[in-house]
Amino acid sequence: MSRADVITLLYILAFSLFIVGLHMLRGPRTAVRGNQVAAIGMAIAVIATLIDRRIGDWGLIVVGLAIGTAVGIPSARSVRMTAMPQMVALFNGVGGGAVALISVVEYREALEGAGNPELSVLIPMLFAAIIGSISFWGSIVAFLKLQESLKGRFRIPRQVNAGLAALAVAIAIVIAAGTESEALFWLLLLVAGALGLSAVLQIGGADMPVVISTLNAFTGLSAAAAGVALDNTALIVAGMLVGASGSILTKQMADAMNRSIGNVFFSGLGAGGPTAPGIEGGTVRSTSAADVAIQLSYARLVVVVPGYGMAVAQAQRAVADLAAELEKRGVEVLYGIHPVAGRMPGHMNVLLAEADVPYDQLKEMDDINGEFARTDVALVIGANDVTNPAARTVADSPIYGMPILDVDKASSVIVLKRSMSSGFAGIDNPLFYDPKTALLFGDAKSSVAEVLGEVQQL
Amino acid sequence: MDLLTEIAILVLAAFVGFEVISKVPNTLHTPLMSGTNAIHGIVLLGGLLVIGPADGLLEDVLLVVAIAFGTINVVGGFLVTDRMLGMFKSKPEPKAEEKDGE
Repeated sequence: MSRADVITLLYILAFSLFIVGLHMLRGPRTAVRGNQVAAIGMAIAVIATLIDRRIGDWGLIVVGLAIGTAVGIPSARSVRMTAMPQMVALFNGVGGGAVALISVVEYREALEGAGNPELSVLIPMLFAAIIGSISFWGSIVAFLKLQESLKGRFRIPRQVNAGLAALAVAIAIVIAAGTESEALFWLLLLVAGALGLSAVLQIGGADMPVVISTLNAFTGLSAAAAGVALDNTALIVAGMLVGASGSILTKQMADAMNRSIGNVFFSGLGAGGPTAPGIEGGTVRSTSAADVAIQLSYARLVVVVPGYGMAVAQAQRAVADLAAELEKRGVEVLYGIHPVAGRMPGHMNVLLAEADVPYDQLKEMDDINGEFARTDVALVIGANDVTNPAARTVADSPIYGMPILDVDKASSVIVLKRSMSSGFAGIDNPLFYDPKTALLFGDAKSSVAEVLGEVQQL
Repeated sequence: MDLLTEIAILVLAAFVGFEVISKVPNTLHTPLMSGTNAIHGIVLLGGLLVIGPADGLLEDVLLVVAIAFGTINVVGGFLVTDRMLGMFKSKPEPKAEEKDGE
């Protein structure tokens, strides 16, 4: 058996482990081991590559690996759970950046040799360069936005994105048609990068779950393309696995908002459309922590509906403490989690898990919606659009058709809110004006702590 | 390997990806995403393979950065996923020992 055969066999072992690992990530009980299995697969893939005869420049390889490890381990260890969305964005971005850099070096190497490589290598190389660069710069913007270093939304006309995309494809075609120019290749990376920047810049926070999983899928696809260019099966399979799974996740996120992926990237929600009519003559009822405490303590079933507001206020631990106190008093507490609550897929679940909330109390939208009819109190913490009944009833509402948590079907609703501002979508929420709804204004964390204090005194 | 074989592998891998990931509960969406995120760090292999033949300072620098990026992606991705998954617990089991102690 030749050395190349050994490498191929190890690659097959590696990507089998990726598939098994991913499969195990489907259940909470097996997920930890699933992740470890995939990591072992990765170690095997790296070792297999290092025994390749083409490997040279050991010094540089060691430097690269050392820098990566020195940066990766501490940042992964120290990141707070609340900062997880931006960390995922950053790790994703560097992956895309690596693809773009590798493709440019490959192209330079080809030019030094026989000129433009044949199309079966050149096309995937160009594809990897474009997608990798989009993913890198898009992820950087996503990171800055999630970090809140970059605030607000930037209105970028959709023609800009369409123009940049067309330009990138045009440059790629010129190169593929036979033009041999390193400068043009760099320009391609630049234009694709600008596209990544502008596409993500105009996206609002509530769409971040779609954006992050799209960028993840993109990096996967670019890695698969790089694998085709390099004739490397491990890259092809692993990249494509991620590309496919990321696409599925993206579609699930977009479906959960009743929007198409194109709609997320090419038009802001409600932008240019008719503004939602305000609710005239409606009054809201505000309540006190003491009243909330009484309502909660005498309930049989309380459903907590967390949203991004809970993450911002870092209220997850206070919420978990309150739930524990209520359970001590015989109240059943469940959590109703909307698929796009927060800034990345599953964001609320991670935060609540960090606060030691058992995962079997975290209910998905379809499971919890049937429960609201027997719910005594629905406690909405920093969530807005995902509870807006207008999505069911008001046909001209921008969020009409979006699946929501049927909070309004509960016997009573308590909404914890910082102020009376509307949600990300800028739409008034009729839930707040419902006679059975009471609002408790204030920072989510201190409000919950106050309620907890009152419950303990009862 | 010829292009068509590679495309065949590509298509099959896509179907496996679709199949494996459908029906993941919301609870695990974040770890799933950061786990797959770590897997695409496999581009690291590309850096390792290209750095040998590459020459000149610019190419070396670009590839060291690429390898470092890929390593951050892999190491950081798996670690962060592991940390997150470590937090998911089901209902605490009744502590029999404590009762015995009473």
